[in-house]
Amino acid sequence: MNAEFDVRYTAGLARLYLSEEEIAKFQAQLSQVLEYVEKLKAVDVSHVEATAHANPVFNVVREDEPRDWFTQKEALANAPRQLNGLFSVPKVIE
Amino acid sequence: MSSLFSLSVSELQAQLRSKAVSPVEAIEALENRIAAIDPAICGYLARDYQAALAAAKIADVSLPLGGVPIAIKDVINVKGEQCTCGSKILKGYSAPYDATVITRLKAAGAIPFGRANMDEFAMGSSCENSAYQITHNPWDLSRIPGGSSGGSAAVVAADEAFAALGSDTGGSIRQPAALCGCVGLKPSYGRVSRFGLVAFASSLDQIGPFTKTVRDSALLLNAISGRDPMDSTSLTEPVPDYTAQLGQNLKGVRLGMPKEYFIGGTNPQVDKAVRDAIKHYESLGAEIVEISLPHTEHAVGVYYIIATAEASANLARFDGVRYGHRTVEASNILEHYGRTREEGFGPEVKRRIILGTYVLSSGYYDAYYLRAQKVRTLIRQDFTQAFEKVDAIICPTSPEPAFKIGDRSDDPLRMYLADIFTIAVNLAGICGISIPCGFAQVEGKPLPVGLQLIGKPFHEAELLKIAHAYEQSTEWHKARPVLV
Repeated sequence: MNAEFDVRYTAGLARLYLSEEEIAKFQAQLSQVLEYVEKLKAVDVSHVEATAHANPVFNVVREDEPRDWFTQKEALANAPRQLNGLFSVPKVIE
Repeated sequence: MSSLFSLSVSELQAQLRSKAVSPVEAIEALENRIAAIDPAICGYLARDYQAALAAAKIADVSLPLGGVPIAIKDVINVKGEQCTCGSKILKGYSAPYDATVITRLKAAGAIPFGRANMDEFAMGSSCENSAYQITHNPWDLSRIPGGSSGGSAAVVAADEAFAALGSDTGGSIRQPAALCGCVGLKPSYGRVSRFGLVAFASSLDQIGPFTKTVRDSALLLNAISGRDPMDSTSLTEPVPDYTAQLGQNLKGVRLGMPKEYFIGGTNPQVDKAVRDAIKHYESLGAEIVEISLPHTEHAVGVYYIIATAEASANLARFDGVRYGHRTVEASNILEHYGRTREEGFGPEVKRRIILGTYVLSSGYYDAYYLRAQKVRTLIRQDFTQAFEKVDAIICPTSPEPAFKIGDRSDDPLRMYLADIFTIAVNLAGICGISIPCGFAQVEGKPLPVGLQLIGKPFHEAELLKIAHAYEQSTEWHKARPVLV
């Protein structure tokens, strides 16, 4: 068992509200998953480099040139709320 | 004569080019088939029949996939169509652009037709995590079609599509293909552009085809492969004609049987079907070599750390501001995020966001995420070493045939173990294909069994050749479920 795993705290980090039932359920289910992954601690990785992704390619960049992409209208088309041609967000600064 | 909707892509192409049928007739045949069958299968979330007809009217059948309709998993953007990812949080979202694979399919003359159901954000092995509907396995409607691309697999198996695209992060193409009895290919990481595929785990995701035959798989891969400036992880490796090696014999081909994939725990009927397939390969001239992939037992653990970590970061974009669901009234920004995401995401997505956030959080990053990335290196090295001895690896795709709907939906760990034979392929970035190799008789019904072949990175042509030799010398791919 991982005594330090706390669903309520982690959900806060993830900006995700959960019901009390979900918190209790996920705490039990994910503790079981974490117990399962504990066995990775038995693997000797002392001289092993981490793999971030499968192919050895680095610093792949495009030419930094302007090109046609979304118009303002297209970019806003799926916005749940917009105001004066901008995305509308709840007030962030008092 | 078989019905138009039951043709393979190659057979349809021949009929289109000889003018025996028109692209409009192909769309009409599918539409009628879907209307008759899909209420029982529930493989499609949406389709735009009129748009498909309009595209069919101007289709150029001389192009590589001219006039061929292809179903698309609801995680790949097709301009003007919905792209919900099986999630409530993207209900009503209209894709503002085409994914690169769609641009390429259209350039090859194909017609995207139908949005295939899936587990929410491709998280699941049964399609039961879709927020919209449960897709049923065409071979036994009380069973799951596999996942996450369960809709894509089911519609191809039920002849509601000639072919489909899916995505595979830990087996999401190969496992449902196995459980529904069709051909599912996961290309090597970097072979196919991910631009326009809604990201789940960016270092593992890859788009690939579902088809009725291996030849069709090669035809679709021809169309969608290659470097894309919009995806920095797509590679410049040349794209060969993937049909070129089909039909070549298997003399001198060495196939590796990983001992860790044959240690019991697999359904006896699945195990027997796969062992029979291996014997069949010997009769075709292939040499079978026992190999070892010593870190196999760690693949599921590594996967559920890396995939959830990447998912928790990718799904941070669902904030209720630029697109998707937004909570009605929130008094401050934190409540806005918290409620929007609580209301929009289903249980499995929430579980994985929590797990992924935890393994990346301060104090646990090294113990979980970094360690998992290191064990991932060892898993890759297992394959690199195995491929010094063999040309491809042969094993089951799934340890079991399709299970009953509802059987595992509340047991995440047991559900995760359904991917035990497919996950390592994504971690290593190599390619894999599932092809039909028999049936398990369960409760009086035949359930398809899939044979997995795993190939060296960017050796899809050789993998398809090996798969094709088996397919063409057996009858499994001709079997169809009895519907209606």
